[in-house]
Amino acid sequence: MSLDAPQPDPVPPRLDLRGIGLRFGAVRALADVTLQVRPGEILALLGDSGCGKSTLLRAIAGLEQPETGTIRLDGALVSADGRGVAPEARGVGLMFQDYALFPHLTVAENVRFGLHGKSFRDRRFRDKSLRGRPTAEARTLAQARLEQVGLADRAESYPGTLSGGESQRVALARALAPGPRVLLLDEPFSNLDRRTRDRVRDDTLAVLRASGATALLVTHDPEEALGFADRIALMRRGRIVQIGTGPDLYGRPATRFAARFFGDLVEIGGTCRGGSVATPFGPVPAPGHAEGAAVTLCLRPEAIRLGAPEASLRAVVRERRFLGASALLTLSAEGLPEPLRLPVPADDPHGPGDSVGLSLDRDRGFIFADETD
Amino acid sequence: MTGAAPALPLTGRPRGLAWGAAALVLCAVVLSPVLALVIAAGEGTGAGAGGAALWPHLVAHVLPQALRDTALLLAGVGVLVVVLGVGSAWLVAAYDFPGRRLLEAGLLLPMAVPTYIVAFAYLDLMHPIGPVQTTLRGLLGYARPRDFVLPEIRSLPGCILLLGFVLYPYVYLPTRALFLMQAANLIEAARMLGRRPSAAFLRVALPMARPAVALGASLALMEALNDIGAAEFLGVRTLTVQVYATWVNRSDLAGAAQIALVMLVAVVALVALERWARAGRGFSSGAQRPRHFARQRLRGLHAAAALALGLVPVAVGFAIPATYLVQAALRRVWRSGLPETILPEIGHTLLYAGAATVIAAALGFVVAAGPRLVARRWGEALIRVASLGYALPGAILAIGLLGPLAWADATLSAGTMQLFGVAPALIGLGTGGALVTAYLVRFLAVSIGTCEAGLGRVPRSLPDAGRMLGRGPGATLWRIQLPLAWPAVLSGALLVFVDCVKELPATLLLRPLNVETLATHLYGEAARGTYEDGTVAALLIVAVGLVPVVILLRLGTPRSEAGAEPADQRLTGPRPSP
Repeated sequence: MSLDAPQPDPVPPRLDLRGIGLRFGAVRALADVTLQVRPGEILALLGDSGCGKSTLLRAIAGLEQPETGTIRLDGALVSADGRGVAPEARGVGLMFQDYALFPHLTVAENVRFGLHGKSFRDRRFRDKSLRGRPTAEARTLAQARLEQVGLADRAESYPGTLSGGESQRVALARALAPGPRVLLLDEPFSNLDRRTRDRVRDDTLAVLRASGATALLVTHDPEEALGFADRIALMRRGRIVQIGTGPDLYGRPATRFAARFFGDLVEIGGTCRGGSVATPFGPVPAPGHAEGAAVTLCLRPEAIRLGAPEASLRAVVRERRFLGASALLTLSAEGLPEPLRLPVPADDPHGPGDSVGLSLDRDRGFIFADETD
Repeated sequence: MTGAAPALPLTGRPRGLAWGAAALVLCAVVLSPVLALVIAAGEGTGAGAGGAALWPHLVAHVLPQALRDTALLLAGVGVLVVVLGVGSAWLVAAYDFPGRRLLEAGLLLPMAVPTYIVAFAYLDLMHPIGPVQTTLRGLLGYARPRDFVLPEIRSLPGCILLLGFVLYPYVYLPTRALFLMQAANLIEAARMLGRRPSAAFLRVALPMARPAVALGASLALMEALNDIGAAEFLGVRTLTVQVYATWVNRSDLAGAAQIALVMLVAVVALVALERWARAGRGFSSGAQRPRHFARQRLRGLHAAAALALGLVPVAVGFAIPATYLVQAALRRVWRSGLPETILPEIGHTLLYAGAATVIAAALGFVVAAGPRLVARRWGEALIRVASLGYALPGAILAIGLLGPLAWADATLSAGTMQLFGVAPALIGLGTGGALVTAYLVRFLAVSIGTCEAGLGRVPRSLPDAGRMLGRGPGATLWRIQLPLAWPAVLSGALLVFVDCVKELPATLLLRPLNVETLATHLYGEAARGTYEDGTVAALLIVAVGLVPVVILLRLGTPRSEAGAEPADQRLTGPRPSP
């Protein structure tokens, strides 16, 4: 069977999903999701709300039961054919979007909550002085985790008294404390305001890297995925549409959807003639597209250079908007379907009415056949 | 693959065989009274089998009159509770006047007075030589009782009046909540479109309140149907009274079962009526935050009139009977000390009500948590079945339980005979186990309901987090959900306790021989006409009955409950609204 064929990857995957499918009534939440995560890797599940990324996370956690496919953790089957290992027996950690801190327990008790039972004693802490004293062991470990996130002094506080950022860090410490094989993070930064978000994100990444955790992060924010994860799995309608590193997805999107997801596009329609497509910037090679096929040239704004000497298109500045560190020009040009919005440095001299030359960096344009999206 | 963890056993969806078995037993206990009733009634209809053809006798001589009285009683009480409940709810929701806040709370007080106690109190109060008539005669200058006679309180209209004045809070409570929460914007819209307040009430508020009114009225009518004391004291031969009389006076179980079945039809009709009245009226005024609308401020005479009007139901339903009870009880204690039977009666009441409360709280929590423990569908089905008993009037329940309990007693007795060589008689019926079972069947729904509400307030992610941190569903329930839902479990238990203390018909029928509780003692005194001796018991019951009123008042105080608040904040309790 092809599913059991040896992996080309030298490191066996920590998490291995094959053909995961799940329906909620008539809604197909997950369809044929296949995905491997290597030990120590941070992978982002990226997509719009309702694309199935949170459902996939809950399926890995064991909180939802997929109807088809298999899930393996370190090679051991935890879900197959609609039956699964109970979530508490999987050794998977989950950090909830609302943090889900237990309001009736102190911060320390929250972090200690997962430090109990045989699996914990077997797995963690071989320190001889603590052996056989799980409570003392748990206290030490919980305190160490709290110190790691910089909240040791809040150990006896109740969650209701914490700020959003502090709650997030406690949730992280709690999820990491039992030493999960995989840590799942469900939109962990979406409840924070913009200012704290960046700092908390950096801190979280540092903690994850320091503990060598394997992590799966669900997010709808492409910048977060690009900045946080080693690899990104882009999801749409319950399917993974593309997996790769950040530069892969940004620089070589497989579909127009993937291209659009990571930023504004300038889209120019055309027809493939003799291996290239005619555009206002001149012909652009369209390898791999059939003669006469309707195609769209998708350009990121940075693929268009302003005022270069080899300008292939003249445009007129219609509007200039000051944005602080940069400015946004709105340009119109013959042949372009709609005005072009181009970010420029704040000291760029062009203003309304100016005529400018535009040139195209042909390596940074993507051509997609029109029937795909 | 090196270092691979051993494969863990895969578990399927449905979990917990033990839970399933326990659920089946619970269903059997809840459903057995109805099944037993059908069987017992069937034995009576087998014409000629026992020699007596009971059914024709019932149809000819008992049922027509009982059905007529019951129907008239329910119709009258229905109209009265709707008028009083909706009227008082509108008064405090739409108008502001000095004393409104107190009135809002006070209007709930009659809930504390069980139907049989209000009848008990007024029987003495309105007696031809009682305080009211004597005072009136004195004022009007009549010398002898026969010269001036008020309409007899011992009548169907009297019964309707008294039941209406203690049962209207069932309508008042949900209707007022609906007026406050839902109607605000629409009433204001109606006013802005040029309607006067009265027109806005009739055209907008009243139709919108229909589901709440229907719910409240059906609950009030269930209580009216359940009542045995008031009807009996006031000489109204309702179905409930007939069930009791047929069993107690004539030892005719089949006959009682047959009447009870007819009553069951009435219950089903009530439930259907309520469903019908609410059908297709899932009103929602959008996702806006509930908001109190600006009350119309009344001044001077208008304010005084509004207050006086609002105080009428409070006075009739609570203040007058309560004052009477206090005064009569004090006089009784002053003259001849506490009745010597009162302490054992309190003991029995506490024992049976307490036992039922503890079991109901534990069982209610587990049943309410069912959908979170096992397959959701089965858990929810069990909740519905286990809550059915609440619709069963106490008399039906008691008659229905007699058969199964006797069978259980006989089986137990035979079992112990085989094992230990002794055959104790009537383990259930003789020890109060029967009574506790009846309380459980009837009031488990109260505990389940409050526990469900309490569990529902725990964000789903918290138990999920417990599972993700390595705890099983049971441990999560115990360590996360129970502590968080504890206030709800506790208030549910308190409500069950109070309901058990107040319960009369099932207690009368199922208590062990020669055991009196406060309620049955009161019933006995009223039946003998020795009212004064029952006043202490009555007062105690009313005092206990005030507990849920206090709970309701605390629940009813408006709190900011914005759905967008983070879970941890929502659970730390109410915050002052901006």
